[in-house]
Amino acid sequence: MDNIAGSKSGLTWAVHISVAFLVALWLFPTLGLLVSSFRTTDQISSSGWWKAMFPTEQTIQLRTGGTAEAVQQDGLYVVEGNLLTDEGGPGMGSKPVAFGVSSREIGAYEIGETAVYSDGDETLTIAEDGAYRYTSVEEPGRRGQRVFLTAVTPAQATLDNYKTILFSGSGQDNMAKAFFNTLTVTVPATIIPIVIAAFAAYALAWMDFPGRALLIALVVALLVVPLQLALIPLLRLHLGIGIGKGYLGVWLAHTAFGLPLAIYLLRNYMVGLPRDIIENAKVDGATDFQIFTKIILPLSFPALASFAIFQFLWTWNDLLVAKVFLIDATGSTTVMTNQIVELLGTRGGNWEILATAAFVSISVPLVVFFAMQRYLVRGLLAGSVK
Amino acid sequence: MNPALLGLVTIIVGVGGCLGYFYFSNLILDKFIFPAKGPNAGVNINRANQVRPWLFLFPAIFALGLYLAYPVFETLRLSMTDRTQNDAFVGLANYQQMFGESKFWEAMRNNMLWLIVVPAASTAFGLLVAQLTDRISWGAAAKSLIFMPMAISFVGASVIFKLIYDTRPEDQNQIGVLNAIWLQFEGGAGSVIFLKVLPLIMVLAFGVIVAYVGYLLIKPFITADEKPGGLGIIAVRIIGIAVAAWLVITSIGSLFGIVATDLPYGEPQTWLTIPFYNNFFLMVVLIWIQTGFAMVILSAALRGIPEETIEAAVIDGANPFQIFFKIKVPQIMPTIVVVWTTITLTVLKVFDIVFAMTNGQWETQVLANYMFDKLFRANDWGVGSASAIIIMLLVSPILVWNVYNARKEMR
Repeated sequence: MDNIAGSKSGLTWAVHISVAFLVALWLFPTLGLLVSSFRTTDQISSSGWWKAMFPTEQTIQLRTGGTAEAVQQDGLYVVEGNLLTDEGGPGMGSKPVAFGVSSREIGAYEIGETAVYSDGDETLTIAEDGAYRYTSVEEPGRRGQRVFLTAVTPAQATLDNYKTILFSGSGQDNMAKAFFNTLTVTVPATIIPIVIAAFAAYALAWMDFPGRALLIALVVALLVVPLQLALIPLLRLHLGIGIGKGYLGVWLAHTAFGLPLAIYLLRNYMVGLPRDIIENAKVDGATDFQIFTKIILPLSFPALASFAIFQFLWTWNDLLVAKVFLIDATGSTTVMTNQIVELLGTRGGNWEILATAAFVSISVPLVVFFAMQRYLVRGLLAGSVK
Repeated sequence: MNPALLGLVTIIVGVGGCLGYFYFSNLILDKFIFPAKGPNAGVNINRANQVRPWLFLFPAIFALGLYLAYPVFETLRLSMTDRTQNDAFVGLANYQQMFGESKFWEAMRNNMLWLIVVPAASTAFGLLVAQLTDRISWGAAAKSLIFMPMAISFVGASVIFKLIYDTRPEDQNQIGVLNAIWLQFEGGAGSVIFLKVLPLIMVLAFGVIVAYVGYLLIKPFITADEKPGGLGIIAVRIIGIAVAAWLVITSIGSLFGIVATDLPYGEPQTWLTIPFYNNFFLMVVLIWIQTGFAMVILSAALRGIPEETIEAAVIDGANPFQIFFKIKVPQIMPTIVVVWTTITLTVLKVFDIVFAMTNGQWETQVLANYMFDKLFRANDWGVGSASAIIIMLLVSPILVWNVYNARKEMR
């Protein structure tokens, strides 16, 4: 096409570059979350995640050895050790660039210089490899002296955040339970509506009865009814008939809320199946039930898969329905989305926890998305009311 | 019982129950109620076939009726009762109370902004990406990546964007991208171009487009050549004109705002607490998610355009922009409308993003979150139901339109 109207190589390049730019813009936010989930608390709070691939300079507060490590030499107390490898140090890969002995001048001395404390009795020297020598006229305190070390730390990734979130974390930080709760909500809420909707869709597609057109119109209408309207009456109903807040309630709610789309998608697909097959089967004496289970269901697999993905994504990502119908005062049935919102409130600044928790929650939908994108696209194309 | 086990049992009971219901109800119908043998065999088969659709439909109708249709009317009834007075009928008192609250009008104003900005921006970006990726070799991969946010929950997206909007004190390194970029602006020439001239042009363009749409809507009333249409269309036109007028006034106001404001260069901003503009920072999240959806649908529509129309335009010497705006866009207009209305529906129900990011503070309230607030924090079911009815009212034009189209298509 381009060649017909002459050379357009400039425009082609512009297209490539703008698409690359848009893709980068769309990926950038998610990438930030992913990178942040592999960084330590110090790294996250000392530099932006886009610098994570490069060495970062950070200042940390450490302590020299105390009384226990001190030895007497020439009338002075001397403590020697290595700041990089001591507890809390940034590790051997780091390169110290400056240090300080008071919180007002945290980078006052270069490496190799000797710092003299304000009282004049104490000195501190730090070498390139982190080894330090502290001398004092008086016996040093039990906990040692404060040192502010500025060091360039190489880029590094850690899996500690994931360990905390999935296994070792306590209380709110542990998402394992919420993960299984979400799974428990999702699986039945995805499978059950498919069964119910498939039968209804078959009736609406291939059976003749009065009121069929009206029912289809009703399904289209219910497709857009905001589920906000259902919250109070249904919560009252659930409390009234004794289901209360719990899994059963949330399964029922998700099933019903997913039905209009399921019926609509499946009916549109089934109507397009070849009439001959069904009529031949009828002539051969098959009942409707047999036609449905033996012919229609296997042929409708693509539509079933489309809806299953929709419903899975929707129930996995849902917050509102779970908050209203599932999560009670004890909070033992909390789902991941809800736990993340709570973390946002209580751990607003702890990005390593937040980022990891969020990424754990979105990883499963992402896997499903990339594995079954074909069906999702097909479902979208069939499901948007034309 | 362990929830996982309970889930498994539910799947088995639910699925098995459904299949069993369908199987046995059919069996009973065919074998016992209307057996296809004996003297009445023919009549019985006919009768059975009349009843059977309802057997297939019953569980779905029951669930839809109980969980979606009945609540619409029950919510309407609840919106006229007062829970504290033992559910006594109070007429429109709840609505009166709601209309008197400034928070409600704030939610309405924000919702209107959301309703205009998010569908427009998502559709525009979606159309742009769909067109750009149409003919390049790695278009499928690019589309797949832009489509990806569709799989991310609103809550997950909120966390992602909260990290982008994060603020640190002035003397520390910024870890939010937006502040890191913001601090690059020092008030020089670059800042003027990016933060004054560019927004000025964008707002001006938006205002002009809206004014033009308003003019198109108003034209039939002032010239004799065109008829304004039936009563319904006149009503739609008047509403459209009112919204357009409001938008034009808002745009003009913000034009002055952009020129007059002294931007606090060099200070990290807490983006989500800046009134009015924070709405747009929240909208970005939904636009980011919905663009992929618009792109997928519009991309399919673009592919469906007959090649001949484009070839004819090329031979007539049209440039790529003319081909796009004059040949392609008019042909996919029905699909654009579908995408627009679908995103509008999503916007009307948007709750998670506002709930997770600001919870309606700093003037970012929207109707769905307002309703949740009333229901579960203020425990005021009457006003909560009333606001749900308002959402329903806003949805109903689309509902009618969809049903109308679906019926037209079936004929």
